[in-house]
Amino acid sequence: MSPMQNPGQDEGVLVNETEMATAPSTGGARRFWKSLDEVEGGESFEQFVQREYPSQAHKFQDPPERREFLKLMGASLALAGVSASCTRQPKERIFAYAKNPESTLPGKALFYASAIPWSSGALGVLVESHEGRPTKLEGNPEHPASLGATDAQSQALVLGLYDPQRSQTTTLRGEVSTWNDFCAAMKAALGEQTSAQGAGVRILSGAVVSPTLAEQLRALLALYPKARWTQWEPVHRDNARGGALLAFGQDVNALVDYSKADVVLSLEADFLSGPAGVRATKQFATRRKVRAGAANMSRLYVAESAPTITGASADHRLALRSGAVDLLARKVAKALGVSVSGADAADAQLDRFAAAVAKDLKARQGAAVVVAGESQPAHVHALAHAMNARLNAIGKTVRYVPPVELESSGHVEELRTLVQDMNAGKVQLLVLLDTNPVYTAPADLKFTEALDKVATRVHFGLYKDESERRCHWHVAAAHFLESWSDVRADDGTVSVVQPLIAPLYNGKTAHEVVAALSDKAGMSAYDIVRERWQKALGEGFEAQWRRAVHDGVTARTAFDPAEVALRSFDLPAPAAASGLELTFVPDPAIHDGRFASNGWLQELPKPMTKLTWDNAVQLSPTAAARLGVVNGDVVEVALGDKRLRGPAWVQPGQADDSVQLALGFGRTHAGSFATNLGYDAYALRSSAAQWSANGATLSKTGETHKLATTQAHDRIDVTPEGIHTEHRQNEILRIGTVDRFQKDPKTFFLAPGEALHGGGHGDTSIYPPHERGEYAWGMVIDLNACTACNACVVACAAENNIPVVGKKEVLRGREMHWIRIDRYFDGTRERPRIHAQPIPCMQCENAPCETVCPVAATSHGPEGLNEMTYNRCVGTRYCANNCPYKVRRFNFFLYADYGTESYKLGRNPDVTVRSRGVMEKCTYCVQRINRARVTAHKAGRKVQDGEIVTACQQVCPADAIAFGNIDDAQSQVARLKAEPHNYGLLESLNTKPRTSYLAKVTNPNPDLEPSA
Amino acid sequence: MAQIFPKSSNTLSKASVVGAGAVLATVGLATLHANRTTYMTTEDLPIEQVVQFTHSHHVGTLGLDCRFCHTAVEDQAYAGIPPSKTCMGCHSVVWKDAPILEPVRASYRDDTSLEWIKVHDLPEFVYFNHSIHIAKGVGCESCHGRVDKMPLMWRENSLNMEWCIACHRAPEKHLRPHDQIFTMGWDPMKALGLSQDELGRRILEENQVKSRTNCASCHR
Repeated sequence: MSPMQNPGQDEGVLVNETEMATAPSTGGARRFWKSLDEVEGGESFEQFVQREYPSQAHKFQDPPERREFLKLMGASLALAGVSASCTRQPKERIFAYAKNPESTLPGKALFYASAIPWSSGALGVLVESHEGRPTKLEGNPEHPASLGATDAQSQALVLGLYDPQRSQTTTLRGEVSTWNDFCAAMKAALGEQTSAQGAGVRILSGAVVSPTLAEQLRALLALYPKARWTQWEPVHRDNARGGALLAFGQDVNALVDYSKADVVLSLEADFLSGPAGVRATKQFATRRKVRAGAANMSRLYVAESAPTITGASADHRLALRSGAVDLLARKVAKALGVSVSGADAADAQLDRFAAAVAKDLKARQGAAVVVAGESQPAHVHALAHAMNARLNAIGKTVRYVPPVELESSGHVEELRTLVQDMNAGKVQLLVLLDTNPVYTAPADLKFTEALDKVATRVHFGLYKDESERRCHWHVAAAHFLESWSDVRADDGTVSVVQPLIAPLYNGKTAHEVVAALSDKAGMSAYDIVRERWQKALGEGFEAQWRRAVHDGVTARTAFDPAEVALRSFDLPAPAAASGLELTFVPDPAIHDGRFASNGWLQELPKPMTKLTWDNAVQLSPTAAARLGVVNGDVVEVALGDKRLRGPAWVQPGQADDSVQLALGFGRTHAGSFATNLGYDAYALRSSAAQWSANGATLSKTGETHKLATTQAHDRIDVTPEGIHTEHRQNEILRIGTVDRFQKDPKTFFLAPGEALHGGGHGDTSIYPPHERGEYAWGMVIDLNACTACNACVVACAAENNIPVVGKKEVLRGREMHWIRIDRYFDGTRERPRIHAQPIPCMQCENAPCETVCPVAATSHGPEGLNEMTYNRCVGTRYCANNCPYKVRRFNFFLYADYGTESYKLGRNPDVTVRSRGVMEKCTYCVQRINRARVTAHKAGRKVQDGEIVTACQQVCPADAIAFGNIDDAQSQVARLKAEPHNYGLLESLNTKPRTSYLAKVTNPNPDLEPSA
Repeated sequence: MAQIFPKSSNTLSKASVVGAGAVLATVGLATLHANRTTYMTTEDLPIEQVVQFTHSHHVGTLGLDCRFCHTAVEDQAYAGIPPSKTCMGCHSVVWKDAPILEPVRASYRDDTSLEWIKVHDLPEFVYFNHSIHIAKGVGCESCHGRVDKMPLMWRENSLNMEWCIACHRAPEKHLRPHDQIFTMGWDPMKALGLSQDELGRRILEENQVKSRTNCASCHR
C-alpha cells in the first residue's frame, strides 16, 4: 500500500488544506506537522498513530486454535519451569595474561589519541579501548577540527572495523594469494618499467591528506619520473578550488569562524554537515544559544535547492533551484558594490531577498561572511570571496589557508587524463589506493572500459567492491584503527594515527603498499611514519614524537594564513534554466557509498527525510502533484540518453523544478545487505555536471517501492485514538523570535490569542512521592543549538550496544534507537520551516511506564532514573504502550547479533546485550553514572558537575545537551532549567519529565518577516 | 436420561480443585527451594583448576596479602587474576622445577594464557564492583569466606540476588575497619571489644555507606 492515498487530488484543494493547517495557531488549529500524509489524511499516518507497534499479531486468527494455544502454552510453561529451575550455571573460563601489558587493568577503559583520515581533513579522536578492543570514538578536545565532538559517520567507524564483510586476504584474480607474492609481482611489473622511467605506471588514490603518504608518493615519482599519481574523490572540491584560482590565482581553502559571524549567507553550502561540519557547528552554536538577558544571536540565510540541516537551522531559508543560486549571488554581490555582470534578470522574490540580505551583511561589515557550497560553480565561489573582501571579512570571520590535500588538483580533469591515457594504451600498471572509481567515476568517462585495457591492475581497499572485481590483484586494507599513519586537519594541524588493535585480517596500510612499489619494500607503516617525522622534527625527536602520539595533535603544524589578493575576474553569462534540474548530493548517512555496508548508518534516519535503508528521487510537493506521484511511486529519471529508476520522495521545502538524487546507493558489489540497495545516481552524473544538471525528465512507471521512513513513527503530538491534540502543540515545540524573547521570555512562542498549555500539576499525584536520593539527574536539550545532525543517535548506538534491525523491521516501526530526532514542519508545504527535536527517555518523576509493569522490571531509582532491568523483563510491552513519549524499544526478535564473532569485540562491556522479548530504553547512560559515582564515593566526595557526560552529550558538536544534578543549583543543568524558556514535554500529563528543553528562538530579519 | 456422574463426583471435583492448587503450590515451593540448594548454586563445591593452586598455603601458611595477586581490587570493578608473570616472580626461585607448576612455566615461556575456571561467576547482566565495597569497609572474607582455609577454591556463598540484597539492606553486619579488610578470621569482639552491630553502625557513619538497593546499581 502506498503511503499517500490521494495522488490525483486537486492541487488547489491541497493548498487550501495546507494553509488551514498552518495558519498561526489560535488555540485550535494545528501548526506543526511531520509528514504530508497527515496534512492530507493518509492511511499510514493513522496506522502508526493508533498502535504502538502497527503490525503485530494482536489476536490469534485461526478459530480452531484455542486448544492448540493452550497446549503450547502449557508446554512452554513447563519448559520454562524446567529451564528456570533445573539449569546449573555453566562453567566459564578466565584467560589470564601470561605477561600483563603496561597500564592495563581488567575492566578499565583506556583512551588513546588518534585521528580519522577524512578527505576533508582529519578529525582528532580519543578511542576508548577495553582490554585492547576499541569500542567507541570520542572527539579529542585538543584537536582543532574536533574540539571534543564528532559526527555521525565518525561514530559509525567502529562498526566498520568489526565488519565481517571486510576483505580478509590478498587475492590474485580472485584466488587467495600472499603479500609476499604481491610484492614480488610488483617488483617484476615495475622492473619492466624501469627503462621507460615508469611511463606506464599510474596510481589513483582518494584525496591524500597524509603528509607521509604524499611524501612517499613523491619519492616514488622521483624514482619513476614518467609515472603519474592522480587523486579522485567523488565528493571533491573542484569548484572551491576553481573559485579560489579565479579570485586569488592560487588554491586556498576558506576557514570560516562562525562564532565571530553576526550574519552568514550560505549559497547552498551545507557547512554544518559531516566531519567538516563539526567545528563549524561548535562555533555556530555558540551564537545561537540564547539565555535570559544574553541573546547575542547570529542570523543565517540559506539559499538551497533541497533541505539540509544547515537550511533547517537558518532564520531565512530560500528554496531555489541550484542553478538559480548563481543569480542570487550576483544580485547580493551587486548590492554590496562588487562589480558583476548578469545580475539584472528580474525576479521579485530574489530581488527582495537579495536586497534584505545585502543590507544586513553591509550593516555587519567585518562580522559577516558569505560561504558557497561545493554544488555551486567556481565563479560563485569566487563571488563569495569577492563579497567577503568587500565585507572586510578576510582575516576576521574568514581566513584563507592552503588546501588540506597534499597535492591539490582538479579531480575531474585529472581523472579524465588518466582515462585518456588508459584508452591510449599508455598504462601498464594501475594501482587503485583505497578508491572505488568503477562505481564513482563520472559516467561519461567510461572508466571501466578504459580500466580493462590496463595490463596489471591492483586494488587496495577495505572491501571487495566494484573496482576490485575488475582488478587482478587485491590487497586487503587495514582499518584506520589498525594503522600507523599521519593525517592533516583542514587548518594544517597534523595528527599521528596510532593503531588500537593489530590488524584483524592482516590488512596493510597504504604506506606499506606504496613502499612495496618503491625501493622501500617490506618497511612497516610504523617505521615509514616515524622515519618521516624523524626527518621533520630532527633534534629531540623521541620526546616530541611521544608527545604527538599521546596528544593526538602535533605542535606548531597549523598552516599560516595564505597571503591572498583579490583579482578581477569575469563571470560567465548566467546559465539559462531549462527544464527539470537534477542535483547530486552525497547521502547524509553513507556518504559517497563507502559506508554502504555499515548497518548503523544505513538504519540512521536521514535528517530531513527520515528515510532509512534507501535513497529516493526527491521532488517538491508541487512537482509531485504535477506528475501525479506520491511517496514510493517508482519514477524514471532521464538525462540525455541515460536513465535510472527510483522511488519518489515528496519533500516539503524542496525547490520546484529541482530533483535531488543521493549518491552512494545502487552498488553492485557491496556485501550481503547493501548490494542493489536503492538506485545508483552516479549513472547520471557526468564529468561536466558533477553536482547539478539541467534538462532532465521524470516519468511515472506505475511500480511502487516501499520506503522505510520513520517520520510517522513514535507520534507524541497526537493521542492514541488518532485525534489531533492541537492544544498539546505548545507543550511539544516552542518557537518564537528573539525580539519577543527579549520582551517576554515566558510566552514569546505563543501566537496572538493562543493560550499557554503545559505546566505540571504541582505535587498533585495519585502515587506516593518517590524518595529523593543524593543526586537528581536531569537533562536539558537546547533546541536552538541542535541541528539534527544525528551524531547522538549513532553515538548512543555505539555506547549502548543498540542493534540494527533491518529495513523490514523499520517498516513495522521497530527501529531500536534510544534517542531519536523528531523533525517537524511548520508553514506551507512548499516553504516550511523545519524543526528538530531530539527525544531520549524523559525519565519522568511520575513515570507511566513504571506503574504498569507487572514484574517491576522498570522501576524508579532514588536518583530519578526510570531504571530498566532487562533480566526481569518478560516482554508484556505495557510500559511502551503507556509511555506518552514513545521512547521504549522492544526486541521483537533476537536483533542483537549473537553469532558474529567479530561484532562481539566491539560491544561495550559495561552494557548488557539484550536478548529477544526484552524492552529497552535510554537510562541516561547509567553505566557512566555508576562509574563516576563509584569513583567519587571512593574518594569520599560527591560527584562533581561535568563529571558524568552521557554519550549523546559527549558527541554533540553543538553542545546542545546538558546533563547533571538538578538539585545542585550551581550545576550547568540546573542553571539551564532555571531559564525562562525551559519547558518539559507534555507537562500537562503530570509526568514531571527530568529531561526538558530550551525553546527554539529564531532571529528573522524584520525586512523579510515582520515580527508578529 | 440416566445420570452419568454419581453423586460422589461432587466431592471428587471439589477435592481436585483444592488438590490441584495444592499440587501447584507444592511444585512452586519446591522449585523455589530447589533454586536455593547448594546443588543448584554450586556453592561449597571445590573446583579443580589447571594448576592446583592452593589459597590455604599461600594465604594461610605464607600469609600473602590478597592484593599481592589481585592487584586491581582496590581500584577496579574486577579484582583481577594474576598474570603468570606474578607466579613466576617467586616460582622462578622457589619450587622452580616442581612438576605441578609446569603449566605456569609453560604459560610464561610460550606467552599463552592459563585457563582458570571461574569460581565466583556472576551472570552477565550483573555488574559488581569490588573497589567500592572495599572502600566502604566490606572485608574479602564477608563474601569469599575463609580463603585461608581453602586448599582448592570454592564459592562460600550462593551469590544469589537474595544474598546480595540481604547485606545491602543491613550492611552494618559486615563492615570492618579499613586496615582489616584483607584479614581472614577477624573478630571485632576479640580485636576491639566491640560487637559487630556497634562497630558496623560506627563505620556506616564514618565511611558514609549508602548501601544501594535499586535495580540499576547492578543491572544495566
